[in-house]
Amino acid sequence: MLGNLDFSVIPASLPFILTGLLFSLRLTLVAMLGGVVIGTLLAMARLSAFPALAGAATFYVNTMRSIPLLMVILWFFLIIPLITGRPIGAENSALITFTAFQSAFYGEIMRAGIQGVPRGQVWAGQALGMNYWRVMGHVVLPQAFRDMLPVLFTQTIILFQDTSLVYAIGAKDLLKAADIAGKNYNRPIEMYLFVAALYLVICLSLSILVRRLQRRIAVLR
Amino acid sequence: MIELDRVMKWYGEFPVLTDCSTQVAKGEVVVVCGPSGSGKSTLIKCVNGLEPFQRGRIVVDGISVGDPATNLPRLRARVGMVFQHFELFPHMSVRHNLTIAPVKVLGRSRDEAAAKAASLLERVGLAAHADKFPGQLSGGQQQRVAIARALAMDPICMLFDEPTSALDPEMISEVLDVMVALAQDGMTMVVVTHEMGFARNVADRVIFMDHGRIVEDAPKEEFFGQPRSERAQAFLARVLRH
Amino acid sequence: MAYHWNWGIFLETVSGGDERYLDWLLSGLGWTLAVSLAAWGLALLVGIPIGALRTVRRRWVVALATAYVELFRNIPLLVQLFLWFFVVPELLPRELGLWVKQDMPAKEFITASLCLGLFTASRIAELVRTGIETQARGQRMAAQALGFSALQTYRLVLLPMALRLILPPLTSEFMNVIKNSSVAFAIGVIELTFVARQMQEESEQGIETYLAVTVLYFVTAFLANRVMALIERRVRIPGTMGGGR
Repeated sequence: MLGNLDFSVIPASLPFILTGLLFSLRLTLVAMLGGVVIGTLLAMARLSAFPALAGAATFYVNTMRSIPLLMVILWFFLIIPLITGRPIGAENSALITFTAFQSAFYGEIMRAGIQGVPRGQVWAGQALGMNYWRVMGHVVLPQAFRDMLPVLFTQTIILFQDTSLVYAIGAKDLLKAADIAGKNYNRPIEMYLFVAALYLVICLSLSILVRRLQRRIAVLR
Repeated sequence: MIELDRVMKWYGEFPVLTDCSTQVAKGEVVVVCGPSGSGKSTLIKCVNGLEPFQRGRIVVDGISVGDPATNLPRLRARVGMVFQHFELFPHMSVRHNLTIAPVKVLGRSRDEAAAKAASLLERVGLAAHADKFPGQLSGGQQQRVAIARALAMDPICMLFDEPTSALDPEMISEVLDVMVALAQDGMTMVVVTHEMGFARNVADRVIFMDHGRIVEDAPKEEFFGQPRSERAQAFLARVLRH
Repeated sequence: MAYHWNWGIFLETVSGGDERYLDWLLSGLGWTLAVSLAAWGLALLVGIPIGALRTVRRRWVVALATAYVELFRNIPLLVQLFLWFFVVPELLPRELGLWVKQDMPAKEFITASLCLGLFTASRIAELVRTGIETQARGQRMAAQALGFSALQTYRLVLLPMALRLILPPLTSEFMNVIKNSSVAFAIGVIELTFVARQMQEESEQGIETYLAVTVLYFVTAFLANRVMALIERRVRIPGTMGGGR
């Protein structure tokens, strides 16, 4: 019953929750930065003229988009130790998994961005004697990136929510911290509610910021 | 300086260019005209290798464009091109648009490139706009900047792909004036355009294309005086009525 | 790689039972399908009206619908699941709460389907809202000029068109439901991901297990895609490229 709730456990467990939150944020940041860089390379590979490269990139992206993220998490957690011959912690496995997984999604966003830059821009760069890498680096990618900034940020918000799934391998993120604290203080309900509220506030604020960013970009065009 | 020898191009099954042959000598100004879909834009894009072609040869200053061994970026750095839709880089200022290629492709120093950019902007009448962004300029101003950008590379010849077709009528003359001045300075130019007044004024030769073929290729006086083909006559009749 | 392969594991019997691992997998597939379809049905039932409600003229209705969407979109699915499973029964009136916790049949399945369904409903609501707003305002005005009530306008004009417009992203959402059903493992629904973990631990044949489960997810997603493609073909309006404008 509502009357039985005792929220005083929240201040007590706050430091512990905060470490969990820090890991979730760290995971999000690493996966976002790594994912965008690798994703951009994937997008360029998909759009390249070499069939083998394009095929491999397409296969990778489609695979990552077809299986549940939970399965990808489980896969990496299983495979990495087998490849390196050493055990790997849940946290490090998560960092690698999420970067690899998100690169497929950021890659698709960048691909749309690259394809959205008018062909004439590519020609103009080429007509000035720029080779492929210069055209990409100086002309296409800056524009693609700027065009896709709101979508990239929205994907990051989704990424932040997805980090809760590391629960499956026991990594100590925000949700797991709430779980543990809930069991320690025997107040799981208050902890879950608190953490849900945290996620809500963080994600909602970020979406509002993204929407503002979108409006400012629309004005500049 | 530019030589086309029986150039042919298909998009899949569809022939876009058939048996196109012509030459452009140094200092010549050649105008290419024809109805839409005649292949003139495609032809000019083949000259600097922006569009590939399947058969024939194109030689620019002794370099074969179709040869797989040719270093296309290096060739393109010496051939200037101006596009119908200007294609200035929207995320760079006017000055940056002019200096980026000389610095990155030709390896010039920033100061050298900036000085050249300033003098070119002076030449096209836009010195005051160096720090503006393309979005802040009118169409005519953007196109003049685009011409300056191409000139910043010290090209051996300039290709124009319908440079005034996307402009409002009031702005066409400011761009044409720049092009006329260029021609009078002795630049080798190939211009795809509908502006017959320009052709009459500055062109040495006029090429008329229809359905992917060069139908007429004659010195200006001959073309405007007594074109040999019916298609060219019909085209002229329609165009000159404006 | 110090790994011992055994592709025959699927036909072996589970230690401590008399089913084969293959039976586990098939049963897991069954539960995945059950949760996915139940959730999808609920999502459409709830999501379409809420999406429509976001486009009406009444400010407070739009605000309520928006609040629903924002609530479900900004909390991770797994957290929502825990809320439904652990928290909601405690917040219900005493007898109902007790019944839910102890006597309700298929408690895990119902909770998972409910949670996933309402979560997906918020996403469908967004799609429906876009589908309605994309149509020119003239459609609504034409319907009203003919004397249609608001309900008729939506039911007969705006929604049929909107749903066709959003079929591609709707297909993606269907496939997302199948992928998202995997979180149900956390509350004990014996679907594919649950079986994957269980089987990997017991048989120690992780790679074979995960491969089989991955293939099953692939196949399910593929089938879902084909079903939606069939529906799209059936409802396509002649003269348009894909039931669009």
